[in-house]
Amino acid sequence: MAIVEGRFRLDGVEIPFQPGQTIMDAALAAAVYIPHLCHHPALLPHGSCRVCVVRVNGREVSSCTTPATAGLEVESETEALRALRVAILQMLFVEGNHVCPACERTGACELQAVAYHCGMLEPHFTHFFPRRELDASHPDLVLDLNRCILCERCVRASRDLDRKRVFAVAGRGLDSHLIVDSPTGRLGDSRLELTDQAAHICPVGAILLRQRAGDVGERHGFRVPIGERPYDRESISRVGDVATLVEES
Amino acid sequence: MHQVIPGAPATGLGPAAPSDRPDPAPARIAQVVERSLARLGRRPEQVLQHLIALQQAFSFVPEAGIRALTERLDVTRAQCLAAIDFYAFLHRTPRGQYNILLSDNITDRMLGSQRLMQLLCERLGVDPGVPRADGRVSVDVTSCTGMCDQAPALLVNGFAITRLDEDRMRHIAALVDTRVPLQHWPQDYFAVSNHVQRSGLLLRDLEVRDAGLSALFERGGDAVLAEIERSGLRGRGGAGFTTALKWRFCRETGQPQKVVVCNADEGEPGTFKDRVLLTAYADLVIEGMTLCAGIVGAREGFIYLRGEYRYLLEHLEAVLQRRRELGLLGKQIGASARTALRSGLSVGRGTDAGINAGIGPDMDVISGAAQTGDQTSNQTSNQTSAVRGRLDAVDGPFDFDIQIHLGAGAYICGEESALIESLEGKRGVTRKRPPFPVTAGYLNRPTLVNNVETFLAAARVAEHGGYWLRSEGTDLSAGSKILSVSGDCALPGVYEVPFGTSVRELLDLCGAQSVQAVQVSGAAGSTLSAEELDRVLAFEDLPTAGAFMVFGQQRDLLEMVRNFAGFFVHESCGFCTPCRVGGVLLRDLIEKVASGRASAHDLEEMRRIGDLMRRASHCGLGHTAPNHLLQTLEKFPWIYQTRLASAEYTPAFDLDAALAEARRLSGRDDPGAHLAS
Ligand SMILES: Cc1cc2nc3c(=O)[nH]c(=O)nc-3n(C[C@H](O)[C@H](O)[C@H](O)COP(=O)(O)O)c2cc1C
Ligand code: SF4
Ligand code: SF4
Ligand code: FES
Ligand code: FES
Repeated sequence: MAIVEGRFRLDGVEIPFQPGQTIMDAALAAAVYIPHLCHHPALLPHGSCRVCVVRVNGREVSSCTTPATAGLEVESETEALRALRVAILQMLFVEGNHVCPACERTGACELQAVAYHCGMLEPHFTHFFPRRELDASHPDLVLDLNRCILCERCVRASRDLDRKRVFAVAGRGLDSHLIVDSPTGRLGDSRLELTDQAAHICPVGAILLRQRAGDVGERHGFRVPIGERPYDRESISRVGDVATLVEES
Repeated sequence: MHQVIPGAPATGLGPAAPSDRPDPAPARIAQVVERSLARLGRRPEQVLQHLIALQQAFSFVPEAGIRALTERLDVTRAQCLAAIDFYAFLHRTPRGQYNILLSDNITDRMLGSQRLMQLLCERLGVDPGVPRADGRVSVDVTSCTGMCDQAPALLVNGFAITRLDEDRMRHIAALVDTRVPLQHWPQDYFAVSNHVQRSGLLLRDLEVRDAGLSALFERGGDAVLAEIERSGLRGRGGAGFTTALKWRFCRETGQPQKVVVCNADEGEPGTFKDRVLLTAYADLVIEGMTLCAGIVGAREGFIYLRGEYRYLLEHLEAVLQRRRELGLLGKQIGASARTALRSGLSVGRGTDAGINAGIGPDMDVISGAAQTGDQTSNQTSNQTSAVRGRLDAVDGPFDFDIQIHLGAGAYICGEESALIESLEGKRGVTRKRPPFPVTAGYLNRPTLVNNVETFLAAARVAEHGGYWLRSEGTDLSAGSKILSVSGDCALPGVYEVPFGTSVRELLDLCGAQSVQAVQVSGAAGSTLSAEELDRVLAFEDLPTAGAFMVFGQQRDLLEMVRNFAGFFVHESCGFCTPCRVGGVLLRDLIEKVASGRASAHDLEEMRRIGDLMRRASHCGLGHTAPNHLLQTLEKFPWIYQTRLASAEYTPAFDLDAALAEARRLSGRDDPGAHLAS
């Protein structure tokens, strides 16, 4: 049994935590959902999407990078924070090209699911309609940067879990973009393999698995009809990683 | 001080005819890589410095150079490309043989830089940002180069030319067209003045005597640190964190291999005091770093010098070298240095005798950007008491040396954790905190980052004692502040004034009249209206890293807002959503106002986005980027209201303009082909 270092309160609910855990880690372990996109339990905390914003001691922080400390009062599900999260999600939507009805990840997409959860009803801001590339050079995967939200999950997974450094983010500001490490810059010439964790960690429809007739397991995902995909049926706040983590512990 | 312009090879102005500029020969690329490797070594964290060396040699980073680096260092091609695309001064395709960058701060624009740029482009027949077809020249803008007191200014192949006017521009165009090598351009073009208009506690005393270091050798680290504690010295980079606390924390941390970093990135628009300090007071700054290393027990030090101040590199290297020869850097500092210092050997001030004549290179200090971003640093102090551990700092002779790392055009690299990422050769993206650099910084080692001025002040405090600094200033802000004054005033330049000086007093000193607004602490700082001139420059009222830009009645403040909004879009690192996307949304809305198409709804929208950035961004850049907008909306609402198209809602795009393409294709331009407006 893990040592409990202390407790803090999240929207009034006591959450126990262990040494080294962030607010997000402890909340997920206690099956309490805080919206998040760049955070993934298997990866080092990152803190870039800002969707997990919570309020602590009168200021906003990202819960996925803020260490839990005893006695902390954390606000998450307030109207003000919900509004912040919706605006951040809207920014992610207008920055890229997300045509959900035409996207193969719809219903299984975390961006879409978190937006539903937070009550985002429209993209609100002016669309940027950027021109981005689609890389179909890999036999097993497609990389469609139109939908990339720069969460760097693939970057971290490839570097820290697969030990390959296949992905990197280049540029800066709005020009930041995902690039692939290969002599040509194309995914097909990189060391990425279907068995890499990086191939399966994208929260949106940017890294997609190709399908063939008869594929089973993960690869048959697309043949699950729209309407019956994971987040079509239940909110991500119940069936996302928050549920998996509880099953494991 | 005049800049030392290296000969032809280094500036890429060799004899090759511009029109037949082939890709650089593989042998030359290999040679540049080998030379850089020999100088800096093969550790992956040096990769950015190698890329800069390639850029300087070829005006871009050739693919073969990247390949050579990936073969020799533990870095991937993607990592190199990621960095090249991040830093504004690195390129993947050649710039012109003469690569000209005009400083684009609002203070440059106020002196006509945009008109001058147009003139230069016309003369040269070149479009901004696009190298001329013959490869001879490229012209573009760049963020504030730290020459606001002698603006408009530009960089040509990295060297600064100040005081631009139409004559200079025409002559520069002629020099380029006749391919005159830089070292044969009129030398006075490259003169950079120090413009120290007022010296106080620190600047008054130009003599180099390393008395602060002597105090360390005589009295020991504890005693000197106690003096710095007593002085109440707070960081001069903007955030105002108590210097002694940071030093003590570092001294007491049990981990070895500590690092001392001097933050000379000075990127905050309107700041240039560090430029002057590094020019005329370099010994004192380096003495402060050495003192710090002795106290905290660091062996390795860095000066992170912004790329815009690359022209100071030779000068600083020379100062470092001289100090090594005097035993004030390198092995066993204090063993022989002690004797040298005691026997009264003067260390000399090298090339900087020009300060009083007002001739010498300049740079800016980053001011307000740090304020919100660094609030969290205060948490380090909470940890301090918990870690009162063993002291392993040196009190006898110690080893310490300093390397200079160049930046390459990225404001964010002034933020200490982004600076550390950059020192490690990566894109300058801000790290999450905790851990704080003083716990886990450069290569995860305890890293102490201070501003140029902080080190200088610490050296003098070590010499004169803590009460000396407290003889000026306020309770919460001891001593003096060195300010960079520019804009609408008679005497722009560097002013050292006691903390607690009012804005009005400084305006009087610099000869500013009929003031409309003052921007304190740079683009990220505060916009003051004429009603606020009695506010005081001090951490408790107007914290500042040093910039002070004056706007006269005749100015249109919306031009300032547009300039700053564009600056933050250009300088956002892009890591977090609110700053990356929000900054662009804000900039577009501000442009909508400027073009007379906005509605009251848009102003509300700007407030909302600004508020989001301030609250939810990852670092100080995003937290402070909307300051100018939110404050002008509040204090100068008329600059927006008088431009509104309607009180309600107007679309983000112009429907009629959107039909232009269709009109062109159909060859129509009659009234029926236009939407009624
Ligand atoms: C966007 C941003 C830019 C900054 N730029 C600089 C800079 O150019 N120079 C500097 O000394 N501090 C800068 N800072 C503050 C540094 O993060 C850090 O607080 C400072 O170097 C600490 O030194 P000090 O305690 O001596 O002030 C910046 C902060 C932010 C958020
Ligand atoms: S490809 Fe997917 S996992 Fe990678 S950064 Fe983009 S959105 Fe994140
Ligand atoms: S606020 Fe975010 S995007 Fe902006 S500079 Fe900081 S980390 Fe980068
Ligand atoms: S989940 Fe915390 S910032 Fe993205
Ligand atoms: S539905 Fe979210 S990216 Fe496709």
